[in-house]
Amino acid sequence: MKVLVPVKRVVDANVRVRMKADGSTVDIANVKLSMNPFDEISVEEAVRLKEAGVASEVVVVSCGAQTCQETLRTAMATGAERGILVDTDVELQPLAVAKLLRALVDKEQPQLVIVGKQAIDDDSNQVGQMLAALLGWPQATFASKVIVEGGKAAVTREIDGGLETIEVDLPAVITVDLRLNTPRYATLPNIMKAKKKPIAIVTPDALGVDVAPRLATVKLAEPAKREAGIRVADAAELVARLKNVAHAI
Amino acid sequence: MPILVIAEHDNQMLKTATLNAVTAAACLGDDIHVLVAGSQCAKVAEQAASVARVTRVRVADAAHYAHALAENLTALIVKIAADYSHVLAPATTTGKNVMPRVAALLDVAQISEIVAVESADTFVRPIYAGNVLATVRSAERIKVVTIRTTAFAAAAAQGGAAAVEALEPTAEVPASRFVNQQLTRSERPELTSAQRVISGGRGMGSSENFALLDDIADKLGAAVGASRAAVDAGFVPNDYQVGQTGKVIAPQLYIAVGISGAIQHLAGMKDSKVIVAINKDEEAPIFQVADYWIVGDLFKVLPELSCELDKLQQG
Repeated sequence: MKVLVPVKRVVDANVRVRMKADGSTVDIANVKLSMNPFDEISVEEAVRLKEAGVASEVVVVSCGAQTCQETLRTAMATGAERGILVDTDVELQPLAVAKLLRALVDKEQPQLVIVGKQAIDDDSNQVGQMLAALLGWPQATFASKVIVEGGKAAVTREIDGGLETIEVDLPAVITVDLRLNTPRYATLPNIMKAKKKPIAIVTPDALGVDVAPRLATVKLAEPAKREAGIRVADAAELVARLKNVAHAI
Repeated sequence: MPILVIAEHDNQMLKTATLNAVTAAACLGDDIHVLVAGSQCAKVAEQAASVARVTRVRVADAAHYAHALAENLTALIVKIAADYSHVLAPATTTGKNVMPRVAALLDVAQISEIVAVESADTFVRPIYAGNVLATVRSAERIKVVTIRTTAFAAAAAQGGAAAVEALEPTAEVPASRFVNQQLTRSERPELTSAQRVISGGRGMGSSENFALLDDIADKLGAAVGASRAAVDAGFVPNDYQVGQTGKVIAPQLYIAVGISGAIQHLAGMKDSKVIVAINKDEEAPIFQVADYWIVGDLFKVLPELSCELDKLQQG
């Protein structure tokens, strides 16, 4: 059973993004870029399925500029066999990514697509669900536990009130939440090996997908800053201020 | 054209998040329909019909809608979506699960987790963990939108008298099945709608130590939340998590205890009205968003705080 894992290159989770001084756009020119943290978890889960003998091959895909090859190499250094880059400089929105992935699923015929529930840059939380819809596959989102067995996946999902377990027939799309696993670090020998693993490069045109953005960004702005607070000495002063100044208790 | 709001419920009670979505819908137009898909959910339909500003409730009652599985719910929504200019749902785990599936089948973009409506086609949504607000315009024929519940006040639960209409259920999609649920039971207010919240982080040190927060929560009538670090450490269940990818909340009072204030946590609480932080690290980033903070050992400060609240209650 083949597993396809999409990975996105995003501004690193530890970077606090700001607007450019002229307010025109988000300043990400010189910031660190990394694999989306949720995608690290999906790669790890796919690799564990392979190590458990459930999956036979893990293929990673990234859509975007040539630099996304670095993200594919990172994924291959932790156990994916090969990579596919969908090479484009167009700003990709979730529906376009889902359509690109559907075209790749048609070619690659995986039984499972494991994808991060959300990219931490645009915070859309859409691609996995959209891909499942386009393929007519069932979806199991926000997974914190996955058991694949007998053509089915039992998936425990993190929901607002606690946890929920559902069962989906394969092929299926699973989107992963934070507590599914702890991704491993790539070792130096594996980083070296990953450099020799193949990356195929395709274009949206070759896949027959129109990736033109559907939503136009009219404006970007930083949210209003909070007023500076004050340090209080102890619990007594805190309670007094909350009661008499902030009227919060 | 009317606007459709997808009701969130447990087949017994309409959830407050739906009321927030109705308010967002009211920013878009006057003719607001609510879809109640569930199993033996007549009570929910009644509640939806009495929500102020709702003009019609459409009910699809079938066993396979009982657990809001995305495949079944999507089939139903897509069937009726052409009647609407906008399809809205609260950005809860249910809304986030279902709505992108709807959007993809309609071949339209989804606008996720809006915090403001600028016009019928233009919306504001946070990106980069809320550090940037993007205003986006959609030219799609149907706008599929999820709304951040904290950004829209709840519509009045009473005052409406909408007509209730039954919908023919769509066929069951057998490829996905509900197995079971483990819901966290609590006597305290629900985290996402609580007026006061006290959250603990890694600094709490253990599951047992959360009892210190429970004590204060009870005195304040507050809900208890947590940072990702505390959930990952197993101190509390996942549904306590406040943050970019957990619950986004904006209570009147938020007290962060032993939470350093990672970007991802701030994204989930920085719109709270009054923020209090208690941390032993003078440099903790949480202090940058706090209105009041105490630098000190939480194991000393919390019992003192508990004591002060007692004094206050005794007047």
